[in-house]
Amino acid sequence: MDFSPLLLSLKLALCATAVLVVLAAPLSYGLAYGNFRGKQLVEAFLNLPIALPPTVLGFYLLLAVSPKTAIGRFWEDMTGGPLVFTFPGIVLAAVLCSLPYAIQPMKAAFEKIDRRLLESAYVLGLSRLQTFARVVLPNSVPGIAGAAILVFLHSMGAFGVLLMVGGSVPGETRVVSIAIYEAVESLDYRSAALMSLAILPICYGFLLIIERLKRG
Amino acid sequence: MFLQIDVAKKLKDFELKVSVRPQSPSLTVFIGPSGSGKTSLVRLVAGLDRPGEGRIQFGNETWVDTAAGIFVPPQKRGIGYVFQEYTLFPHLDVCRNVAFAAKDPGKVDRLLERLRIGHLRRRRPDTLSGGERQRCALCQALASGPRVLLLDEPFSALDVMTRRELREEVKCLKDELGIPILYITHDISEALYLADDIIPLVEGRIDRGWLKRTIAPAESGPAARRAVRETKLGLSY
Repeated sequence: MDFSPLLLSLKLALCATAVLVVLAAPLSYGLAYGNFRGKQLVEAFLNLPIALPPTVLGFYLLLAVSPKTAIGRFWEDMTGGPLVFTFPGIVLAAVLCSLPYAIQPMKAAFEKIDRRLLESAYVLGLSRLQTFARVVLPNSVPGIAGAAILVFLHSMGAFGVLLMVGGSVPGETRVVSIAIYEAVESLDYRSAALMSLAILPICYGFLLIIERLKRG
Repeated sequence: MFLQIDVAKKLKDFELKVSVRPQSPSLTVFIGPSGSGKTSLVRLVAGLDRPGEGRIQFGNETWVDTAAGIFVPPQKRGIGYVFQEYTLFPHLDVCRNVAFAAKDPGKVDRLLERLRIGHLRRRRPDTLSGGERQRCALCQALASGPRVLLLDEPFSALDVMTRRELREEVKCLKDELGIPILYITHDISEALYLADDIIPLVEGRIDRGWLKRTIAPAESGPAARRAVRETKLGLSY
């Protein structure tokens, strides 16, 4: 059996998680504490990937990053290759479709922090950024770990959006969910069963690790 | 150094309108019934809220001047603020809490010893008693080298004995620090014990007569009123 789709899925999930934890933290902070016009519009927009069918999201993403657009051209100028049907392309897709799963728990964790802690930090001379790093983040570890769990598992299981943007290039974009689908399509139930079985302990193992981390 | 506060701010039920000039070094107590605008006033001094209009001047620095559009953020004011309830950072032990914004790390140990919590330095806030926590909060505020100290009912959640001990500490600190201290309380005996100046605040206005009315001689009213007054006086002290 070919294990490369499995490894690719793990790699994808780890990349997407790393990118999203960094990306979603300031966004969630802005949504939790910001007081700007159109906040609800922004929040609803960022949550769209939950509501949209993955194929719709994938379709728009495919249009947005095709080599004909500014984003696609920029990527080609920077790296010499296209974004569609490549690993970076599916990382982008996984990041986009998992964004709400990172933002929701982080925002909830940030909102739970007592405002007076922040005010205390301000009075003690800390800027907003320093307060975020030294007060908000350390007191939101469980929320951030929760976000990481959700994003990791959601990226492991992503299918439609990846297929739209990445297709099924072996070793590049053929992740385990797509490989399982294709195995079933070609009546190779043995491969499908093995890969499905392999996913189970991996997901379970990661959940256990993160639970440990959460408990400190 | 003096602090000149002339501010007005609309609150929910009334307008806070205060003009005071606490001297330094001195301890000014703001006293009054709860919901009279004491905390709102202190928050304006700390820079956590903005007044509708007015000025706050510290020495030759202008912290707030609504007419000139000046507002110095809390970070730049050099203030020590001890809140009514515990606001220690839950993820840090006592020592790190105190060192959190310490100008001089060497001062941390001295302060911990000075407020007699040196033996607790490795404990997290959630394992401390209320009194220990407020001692730690006081250390934290002092370690940042404040130029003004704001104490907002710092000990009102504590039991009588602990409150008395901490009151004593503040009285000693007052002379050591030599900075203006604004102290909020609704406990008259605490105010009388600590204050260089007592400013009663009622519904957002300074009401110098309030204190007199509250502690007027006992014969001026019927027994029932006397009973109320005696509780207010905090005879537990």
